[in-house]
Amino acid sequence: MMGDRPSPPRAMSSAPTSSPSVDKVDGFSRKSVRKAKQKRSQSSSQFRSQGKPIELTPLPLLKDVPAPEQPELFLKKLQQCCTVFDFMDTLSDLKMKEYKRSTLNELVDYVTVSRGYLTEQAYPEVVKMVSHNIFRTLPPSDSNEFDPEEDEPTLEASWPHLQLVYEFFIRFLESQEFQPSIAKKYIDQKFVLQLLELFDSEDPRERDYLKTVLHRIYGKFLGLRAFIRKQINNIFLRFVYETEHFNGVAELLEILGSIINGFALPLKAEHKQFLVKVLIPLHTVRSLSLFHAQLAYCIVQFLEKDPTLTEPVIRGLLKFWPKTCSQKEVMFLGELEEILDVIEPTQFVKIQEPLFRQISRCVSSPHFQVAERALYYWNNEYIMSLIEENSSVILPIMFASLYRISKEHWNPAIVALVYNVLKAFMEMNSTLFDELTATYKSDRQREKKKEKEREELWKKLEDLELKRGLRSDGIIPT
Amino acid sequence: MAGADGDDSLYPIAVLIDELRNEDVQLRLNSIKKLSTIALALGVERTRTELLPFLTDTIYDEDEVLLALAEQLGNFTMLVGGPEFVHCLLPPLESLATVEETVVRDKAVESLRKISQEHSPVDLEVHFEPLVKRLASGDWFTSRTSACGLFSVCYPRVSSTVKAEIRQHFRTLCSDDTPMVRRAAASKLGEFAKVLELEYVKTDIIPLFTALASDEQDSVRLLAVEACVSIATLLPQEDLETLVMPTLRQAAEDKSWRVRYMVADKFSELQKAVGPEITKNDLVPAFQNLLKDCEAEVRAAAANKVKEFCENLPEDNREQIIMSHILPCVKELVSDTNQHVKSALASVIMGLSTILGKDNTIEHLLPLFLTQLKDECPEVRLNIISNLDCVNEVIGIRQLSQSLLPAIVELAEDAKWRVRLAIIEYMPLLAGQLGVEFFDEKLNTLCMAWLIDHVYAIREAATSNLTKLVEKFGAEWAQNTIVPKVLGMANDPNYLHRMTTLFCINALSEACGQEITTKQMLPVVLKMSNDQVANVRFNVAKSLQKIGPVLDSNALQTEVKPVLEKLSSDSDMDVKYFAQEAISVLALA
Repeated sequence: MMGDRPSPPRAMSSAPTSSPSVDKVDGFSRKSVRKAKQKRSQSSSQFRSQGKPIELTPLPLLKDVPAPEQPELFLKKLQQCCTVFDFMDTLSDLKMKEYKRSTLNELVDYVTVSRGYLTEQAYPEVVKMVSHNIFRTLPPSDSNEFDPEEDEPTLEASWPHLQLVYEFFIRFLESQEFQPSIAKKYIDQKFVLQLLELFDSEDPRERDYLKTVLHRIYGKFLGLRAFIRKQINNIFLRFVYETEHFNGVAELLEILGSIINGFALPLKAEHKQFLVKVLIPLHTVRSLSLFHAQLAYCIVQFLEKDPTLTEPVIRGLLKFWPKTCSQKEVMFLGELEEILDVIEPTQFVKIQEPLFRQISRCVSSPHFQVAERALYYWNNEYIMSLIEENSSVILPIMFASLYRISKEHWNPAIVALVYNVLKAFMEMNSTLFDELTATYKSDRQREKKKEKEREELWKKLEDLELKRGLRSDGIIPT
Repeated sequence: MAGADGDDSLYPIAVLIDELRNEDVQLRLNSIKKLSTIALALGVERTRTELLPFLTDTIYDEDEVLLALAEQLGNFTMLVGGPEFVHCLLPPLESLATVEETVVRDKAVESLRKISQEHSPVDLEVHFEPLVKRLASGDWFTSRTSACGLFSVCYPRVSSTVKAEIRQHFRTLCSDDTPMVRRAAASKLGEFAKVLELEYVKTDIIPLFTALASDEQDSVRLLAVEACVSIATLLPQEDLETLVMPTLRQAAEDKSWRVRYMVADKFSELQKAVGPEITKNDLVPAFQNLLKDCEAEVRAAAANKVKEFCENLPEDNREQIIMSHILPCVKELVSDTNQHVKSALASVIMGLSTILGKDNTIEHLLPLFLTQLKDECPEVRLNIISNLDCVNEVIGIRQLSQSLLPAIVELAEDAKWRVRLAIIEYMPLLAGQLGVEFFDEKLNTLCMAWLIDHVYAIREAATSNLTKLVEKFGAEWAQNTIVPKVLGMANDPNYLHRMTTLFCINALSEACGQEITTKQMLPVVLKMSNDQVANVRFNVAKSLQKIGPVLDSNALQTEVKPVLEKLSSDSDMDVKYFAQEAISVLALA
């Protein structure tokens, strides 16, 4: 009848309450409250021990030397900037850090405005300088349970230099004098691979720069395109099936969004495979909310390119439909609406049955946000027109849920929405509607009967198993 | 009965298949989980000819259903007619081994490994090995990943030509262009090495090991460290230096902290696998470096291994190595900037005292223990206290008691209830080691204060702590020191504290015995039956039920019974319920 009761009082009136001690804080508060808002910063994992102080010999400014000497000086400055400083030690090498900062600034300006500076020897030196500065092993994340939605991101300590290096590299790639045919010797697959690994950086500012860099490289180096796509593939697959942790998914998807936009028709098998085997499974990841907008954009891009992909996409979403996470369910419904907005009627017919079976489950979800999101479909004119055209198929699928919800749902707003939907159906196809209303009861009874038959079948099977198990210890004679 | 012999016509396959096809995932899942029942109903013949082809053809379902299917098929040998027919299970499992979802694939591989043992050597070559080859050369990475786990189970039982092919396939997968496959191959490298002939370990495995250990992805390199343990165990000592050590040294200094972390984490295993000589020359300096690593993760992993590493050092110069090489690093770690490092160290540092003996412990370790006992992080202090027994054996706990007390008091009042809970759990141990006198003087007050903690879990733990103390110090001690205080709380204005009295009585009555229970506890319980809070009253009923067996029948009849009868007509339905329950359990009706 009843088990032990927890200790809180029911007889409140007679129970003197102990005053809770204010100074004692227990571990139940939300993370965001618990953690004082502190700026955390991290440095790369490369400084193993403090060495001696770094000395760089100051060089004259580029603008102060005659033009013919500038390329030479430019190279020297690039070489100086290969020196990397430890920013976690805020007191060391202050002068030299400042010197490098101003040199980098000067280099940024120089590649932006100068002409004729990009000699062939400059390419390897630029790539070397960039590599020395940006390529590093990212340090461990501060906590295993880093929650990107709640926690402040850890910022890169060496950003004052790093930002300028990225800035410089982007200006270099965008420079009118930049020649991919020379650069491709240095900006190769290995370079790209290291660049992609940096997308895991926790610092959003860095990921933003990386996005631009990768986009430029994709645009200028045709020979690297397939490779870049394949490596992004691998990063996503690892993210979905192995680690569930990678900070730069949204940024990579953003780049892909514009890449997909440029795909030629008909789509290559490789691209279709990417859609079905990589993008769709990305929906299963726990942290979906962090990149869902970008992901949905990519999916819709694909469908606008090739409507025949609608069926596999929707089937994929239905396969991975969230079972327990209502927030994700709402996101799925949102994405599905985006897809339905561009669906072709011929495609819709192919997928309507499984699709509306799911929608019917969503409509009857006890979580009102899920039910509400699904019911909003009936406010969408295009979707309404598709439903109307196919009401003879959709209405029987939806009817039982709607009818039940209109009587049982706890949330009055949902009940009101359901009435509107029922009304719409009634106007669309009143004959069928009346029929379904009339047979609702007997249909339910038929279902119950089927249920009972199933139980009996299984019971018989179990008896059989028991008998045989007893007789021959699991080994079955024929 | 007609069905007794499994009349197949009673269970037409169509009905069963309908069940497996049901629209409702939950029902499909249920049917799949009872697949063996279905197979049993069909008999071996029809299972082979109808059910398995159906399963093979319709593998497109939710991953949860596929997972259940993959698991079922691993136990299906008898249901298809025994080992002679076990190869019938291969087609569906092959498909399952290629699906995307990792858990499904892993389960399919597990089942395949299981049934591989049931294949005859001939069937293994005719049916199983071709499947492995197909998977190994599949288009999509999933099938190649699965193949990695199947090489080692068939290798020992096939002919030498087939063995050569298997080795070739494994080599290919180790240099696959998707990192997922290389990771799978790297993680099976050790296992595969174990089933290979020694000459092939040297000619095949070592080059693969070296290549994987210098892979461009650190996620691959770190798996090679794991393989290193198995490979080093297989090779004769004289080959280790040339074949394994260069790679291991490189891994210990890898630029990625993940790889270094793996080395630190596997350090004891590596140490055992390479033997004492190499340990002395190579691993000691490597271990020192890991203890001083720039990443806290690595230092913490290494700190965790300090005791094991020292224990496994060759005995002849163990003390010298520890004193001159390890201890200096340990001293630095005691004041590390990262609390995880300090707390990892605190969980093992006490173990060093048994290795170093009394004099060294007092001179070198004791100051470190004392420093850690004063650490700002409660977890560090707690880890020291929880390992006191090691020191107790070597130098006795008295040496520490002066510093121990403030540490315990501070933890006992820590703001985090989990910390308080942890220290309570060590109280019986501490009490045993410090003795009753010290306890009464210094710790008793703490133990009583926990009874009125504002967190229920603490009050509960404090209650069971009292029981353990009474078991240690005896009933007389209980009567003099704790029972009066516990009973005093029965008049507390806070009903939660009054209930704690009842919970304590429940826990203590047995340990205290009939005399104390009847004379001192029972009157208090009975009096509380008039409490105005219903929660207290029904706990009175529960307490009476609990202590009833300790009381004599006279007390039960004359004192307990009337009170329970009164409670059984209480206005509160829960009070009634528990009073009636007590009456029937104590047989007072």
